[in-house]
Amino acid sequence: MSMGNEQLEYALHLADNALILGQRLGEWCGHGPVLEQDIAMTNIALDYIGRARLLYQYAAGMCAPESTEDQLAFMRNEWEYRNVLLAEQPNGDFAQTVARQFYIEAFQIDYLKALQQSGDATFSAIAEKSIKETAYHFKWASEWVIRLGDGTDVSHRKMQDALETLWPYTGELFREAPYESWMRKNLNGPDLAALYTAWSARLQPVFTLAGLELPAGQWMQEGGKTGRHTEHMGYLLAEMQFMQRAYPGLEW
Amino acid sequence: MPAQLFEERIEGEEKIEPRDWMPEEYRRTLIRQISQHAHSEIVGMLPEGNWVTRAPSLKRKAILLAKIQDEAGHGLYLYAACETLGVSREDLLSELHSGKAKYSSIFNYPALSWADMGAIGWLVDGAAIMNQIPLCRTSYGPYARAMVRICKEESFHQRQGYEIMLTLSRGTEVQKQMAQDALNRWWWPSLMMFGPGDADSVHSLQNLRWKIKRFSNDELRQRFVDMTVPQAELLGLNIPDPLLRWNPDRNHYDFGPIDWDEFWNVVRGNGPCNRERLHDRVNAHEEGAWVRDAAIAHAIKQRNRQAPVAS
Amino acid sequence: MKDWPLYEVFIRSRSGLNHKHVGSLHAADPQMAIEHARDVYTRRMEGVSIWVVESSRLHASDPTENDAFFEPSQDKIYRHPTFYDLPDEVKHM
Repeated sequence: MSMGNEQLEYALHLADNALILGQRLGEWCGHGPVLEQDIAMTNIALDYIGRARLLYQYAAGMCAPESTEDQLAFMRNEWEYRNVLLAEQPNGDFAQTVARQFYIEAFQIDYLKALQQSGDATFSAIAEKSIKETAYHFKWASEWVIRLGDGTDVSHRKMQDALETLWPYTGELFREAPYESWMRKNLNGPDLAALYTAWSARLQPVFTLAGLELPAGQWMQEGGKTGRHTEHMGYLLAEMQFMQRAYPGLEW
Repeated sequence: MPAQLFEERIEGEEKIEPRDWMPEEYRRTLIRQISQHAHSEIVGMLPEGNWVTRAPSLKRKAILLAKIQDEAGHGLYLYAACETLGVSREDLLSELHSGKAKYSSIFNYPALSWADMGAIGWLVDGAAIMNQIPLCRTSYGPYARAMVRICKEESFHQRQGYEIMLTLSRGTEVQKQMAQDALNRWWWPSLMMFGPGDADSVHSLQNLRWKIKRFSNDELRQRFVDMTVPQAELLGLNIPDPLLRWNPDRNHYDFGPIDWDEFWNVVRGNGPCNRERLHDRVNAHEEGAWVRDAAIAHAIKQRNRQAPVAS
Repeated sequence: MKDWPLYEVFIRSRSGLNHKHVGSLHAADPQMAIEHARDVYTRRMEGVSIWVVESSRLHASDPTENDAFFEPSQDKIYRHPTFYDLPDEVKHM
């Protein structure tokens, strides 16, 4: 990957977020808490894999002529992945998966609306398509936060724990990486800091209905956007990249 | 009187519906067959589920996810068909989890390489489709309707599997080896999927008479072999059966004897993955219990909160 | 704890058509049932509208009364247009 190309890096950031979330949700396939939810989570995973493909294809077009979506998805080094740390966090129990999706989908609704207004026609078109998917994902996640928060003592505790566990990874969503400022300045990309209020406003009513406490921690983890990941990422990539690494350059 | 009417309706190809009178044995047979079928779909998600996270391309990952998701859907349709006979899904799952209920033994074999995703789609889904298409005309309405839906959705499953095999067989030496190895491991278990030979099948005859089944195990197995051999030739792969040859007198392929000891051994729980598969299912169910409980508790609270307003 | 109740699902495949029964599923509440129906029964663009109803709320005719219920309409063929013989010259009727 040639560095210094902000637009490419930005495309990879979006693509990696989608792929890693899709990969994590795909891990649930066959192991969901109830058959109907297995199907629901796979649907969300499929939305993300589809979105990742569109973005990698766009990114591949910006790279060397022989670059492909799969090369970008499977053949980069860990420090070249630009996804946020939140995306790579393990599924944990069902509450933790719900919490991860809840934070990130709440963010994406307004983020994608802003991206749709950007000066890059491809990003804008992908954002337009993704907004509809995200509206459904957010509905799914918030309903589960409410159900689990309100449901039983056990589920209330698990949901609160999960929201606390992942809270320190939410700050990164609003911290601008260099390629994001470039995108904002040159192609009218989303202004992250400005999205914070909207995000909080989406969380608040759900927490209230769920009877849950908004985590109060101030210290935030970051690094994923610039390639410094958590320890989970190495295992995720080892598994995901296995075929392409073991048998490089083949058709499947 | 109702018994005679029932037999007449079966004879006249009329469907039996949930609230119609039916012999107890017919009901029991249906519950057994439909639930086994449902369990097979659900357990069948596991060997393929192994490869979702390792799929070699984004396209294959999406296809595999969609296919496994279909299997979850098919399990769901079938459990629902079974529930029309007065048993709950929870009861059916308990029977699966306790080891009392059976599911298709094929899923107790391991999925060891990516080529297994091809072989499973091509052979296992291929064999399943042979079994399933006639079931679209099965005499019990809800089962037949579920099967119509399933067959319609399933039509891409076998094709995607064969396409994987095709890509591998046209690929490098390693890819061809992978494909051949997968065929070697999945061929005989696929033939066993049609169940014991007609002479040894306990349930076959009555099921045919009641039109729950429409063709015998051996008929379907022969049809599968006849269909599959030319497909293997097209791939340039060898079917692992030295006795396999075309018999012009019968107008069918002859094939070697099936190792029924292996079959019964796997049915009895001694296959390579019986324990793992069951453990995975039980685990998912038990770990999901608090989620299911929470959802129902929330629903009840919601209803009670709204109740004063509604009344 | 109680199991999730069973819901019957009805889908309108495109506008202008009736909702048609397509199957059933389990859900903890009606909203969840609609979403499950969306995920389970409209993955292949099969619908534009979904109805769900808790199976236990559905009332059905009794099949043992079928004779009394449905047979009396069988001999009233004068309700059907083909019962009436009109000369071919009468068009559009």
